[in-house]
Amino acid sequence: MELIKLTIDKKPVEVEKGTTILQAARKIGIDIPTLCYFSLGDMKIENKPGGCRVCVVEVEGRRNLAPACATECAPGMVVRTNTIKVLNARRTVVELILSDHPFDCLVCAKSGNCELQDLAHRLGIREISYQGAQSHYRKDTSPAIIRDVDKCVMCRRCEMMCNKVQSVGALSAINRGFEAVVAPAFEMDLEKSVCTYCGQCVAVCPTGALTEVDHTRQLIAALADPTKTVVVQTAPAVRAALGEEFGMQPGTLVTGKMAAALRELGFDYVFDTDFAADLTIMEEGTELLGRLSKHLAGDKDVRLPILTSCCPGWVNFFEHNFPELSDVPSTARSPQQMFGAIAKTYFAGKIGVDRKDLVVVSIMPCLAKKYEAQRPEFATNGNPDVDFSVSTRELAALIKEANIDFNTLAEEDFDNPLGESTGAAVIFGTTGGVIEAAVRTAYEVHTGKKLEKVDFAELRGLDGIRQATIDFNGLPINIGIAHGLGNARQLLNDVRDGKSQFHAIEIMACPGGCIGGGGQPLHHGNSAILKARQAAIYREDSCKPIRKSHENPYITTLYEEFLGKPLSEKAHHLLHTHYFDKSTQIEIE
Amino acid sequence: MAIVKLPENKLNQLIEVCKSFNNEPGELINVLHKAQEIFGYLPAEVQEVVAKELNTSVAHVYGVVSFYSFFTMTPKGEHPISICMGTACYVRGAEKVLDEFKHHLKIQVGETTADGKFSLACLRCVGACGLAPVVMVGEKVYGRVAPDGVKAILEEYSA
Ligand code: SF4
Ligand code: SF4
Ligand code: SF4
Ligand code: FES
Repeated sequence: MELIKLTIDKKPVEVEKGTTILQAARKIGIDIPTLCYFSLGDMKIENKPGGCRVCVVEVEGRRNLAPACATECAPGMVVRTNTIKVLNARRTVVELILSDHPFDCLVCAKSGNCELQDLAHRLGIREISYQGAQSHYRKDTSPAIIRDVDKCVMCRRCEMMCNKVQSVGALSAINRGFEAVVAPAFEMDLEKSVCTYCGQCVAVCPTGALTEVDHTRQLIAALADPTKTVVVQTAPAVRAALGEEFGMQPGTLVTGKMAAALRELGFDYVFDTDFAADLTIMEEGTELLGRLSKHLAGDKDVRLPILTSCCPGWVNFFEHNFPELSDVPSTARSPQQMFGAIAKTYFAGKIGVDRKDLVVVSIMPCLAKKYEAQRPEFATNGNPDVDFSVSTRELAALIKEANIDFNTLAEEDFDNPLGESTGAAVIFGTTGGVIEAAVRTAYEVHTGKKLEKVDFAELRGLDGIRQATIDFNGLPINIGIAHGLGNARQLLNDVRDGKSQFHAIEIMACPGGCIGGGGQPLHHGNSAILKARQAAIYREDSCKPIRKSHENPYITTLYEEFLGKPLSEKAHHLLHTHYFDKSTQIEIE
Repeated sequence: MAIVKLPENKLNQLIEVCKSFNNEPGELINVLHKAQEIFGYLPAEVQEVVAKELNTSVAHVYGVVSFYSFFTMTPKGEHPISICMGTACYVRGAEKVLDEFKHHLKIQVGETTADGKFSLACLRCVGACGLAPVVMVGEKVYGRVAPDGVKAILEEYSA
């Protein structure tokens, strides 16, 4: 590979051919500010429109300033990132952006975590010398996401995520000049579009133009209501990321502190979605084995592969794009919804509380879960199984608002019976985890033998599409894994065309799985953060005394006392669902 | 499930157009031009079909339609009015004429009156500079139009 020598701010640096000035500068600790540029480097996610020109630098011998994010290094280049010409140009660019931006910082949901605000602060901007035309669009509130595109700076990161990475195509740049923003087709409500609520656009938006619907106020009201019993469940990926909001190193596990904080906030019972993840494995795993044995017995009607169904972003995606495949995914509900259904029946009965007086809150890394909780099929007489779904970010904000010193909290445990879980449940939080958990149980149930090693390294990693064959005692089981909906689409196309060789496929909507969910602390394009979260998840798994879902004693009790066995009629009623056709049909008049 | 309705013969024409461009997403702008010729404008339904045929997102199609001013999502009026904004017409007061039309019809450029009778558009030079300022209503050309002549033109069609 060809190496190139150049100097940046008089410091020599040697880089591979093809490296941009921005990357070369970062390599030697020079942090050139950027706005539109975004990358999750080794995950092959990049936005490089070269449009905002915040990153301009001076290159000796060139008349015009060059955008560092979109200019490749050349041999002998002499780059300056801090000349008066550069500083003035950068300031002008930022002032122009600010001139078409509302001054809402005091009450903006992104305040304190906004890249535009940081930029204005870093450049020491105290007044705006330009008067720009300000665009005015209506605020669009969907069940999970709020679009306030007056705050859009047209970096087009969200467009890249929604189109290139997710292949959803709900968002596109529209109009021109000061009016230019990113919006759904015809400026329709996001709710009416093909949006899956994966929240990846929110995860990359540098400003307050895209944010989640905040359910914190309702949650506090429920906690304050003496007639309500309030229970909380926390998803696996939350414990691997929440600490970041309190200044901890990415990858710090805060399971015990989180439980303590939730109790401190006043929840009556602090439970764990991981319990429901174990339950999901019992149902989904049994379904997998059922379909598999029918298939092996020569039944031509049985559909394989089976697809996991625990990610609501992914469920929305196939309802919109592959309705003809609606009998392929498992019918198992997501762990969030399984938890809600069990809490409002089994648990409510146990403590003698009417479901109307039981409030179920979930803490999720996910924005699609906000929408899922509102689906009418997950309610009984208008009373939802899950009342509110709040994000990791919202929980962090609430802990701060409630004067809880998170860092010094002593670790506590979850309550029982819905707080006990196995290592198999924890790994639901990362891509590859759900299928590994399913394999651990399906293998033992199918072969009747004990697994010698429960770790399946061949299913782990961060490549967008992975495959592995697992030996079920002489029976080779082909497994596919995709995360990111664009990758999922590729596997789905094969299934639709009858070309798929897999027996089972795991799909997660978000790059990395839930560790990279739309409701997680913002990673600002640092893929090392996602890797640290993933490592933390596997660490938590390996420390658990029980690591297979079917060995969770509380799950066994739940079946004995209440559900009967997996796929029983009661289990079907409470733990399974059906899918809808949400595709657009063209009809002839 | 969203349902989109379109007349069959025009829909078939549109699908043929997409085919003639090999259903290439890169041909979107050309396809939209043809589509606007067929339908007179580009309603949401047409954009849905184009997106489906070219295997791209309807958001992207709308992004392109909203970016270029020569694409329109409003149907033209029964009597489409076009005002030439070429240099000669402009210099001779086309803008005042346009303002007069806007004033009488209470619509902006690119819009259609509520009764569907008139729509308003601007044109680049139509090559009749000797007659500047030039106004067209449907196929009929009016030359040397003065602002105070606008009312009379509209009355011709108001019967
Ligand atoms: S939530 Fe996901 S699908 Fe919806 S607009 Fe954002 S990126 Fe696209
Ligand atoms: S909505 Fe946000 S991410 Fe999308 S273009 Fe605007 S500022 Fe960028
Ligand atoms: S991958 Fe996880 S965070 Fe993302 S949409 Fe699916 S369930 Fe939600
Ligand atoms: S960050 Fe380089 S042009 Fe926007």
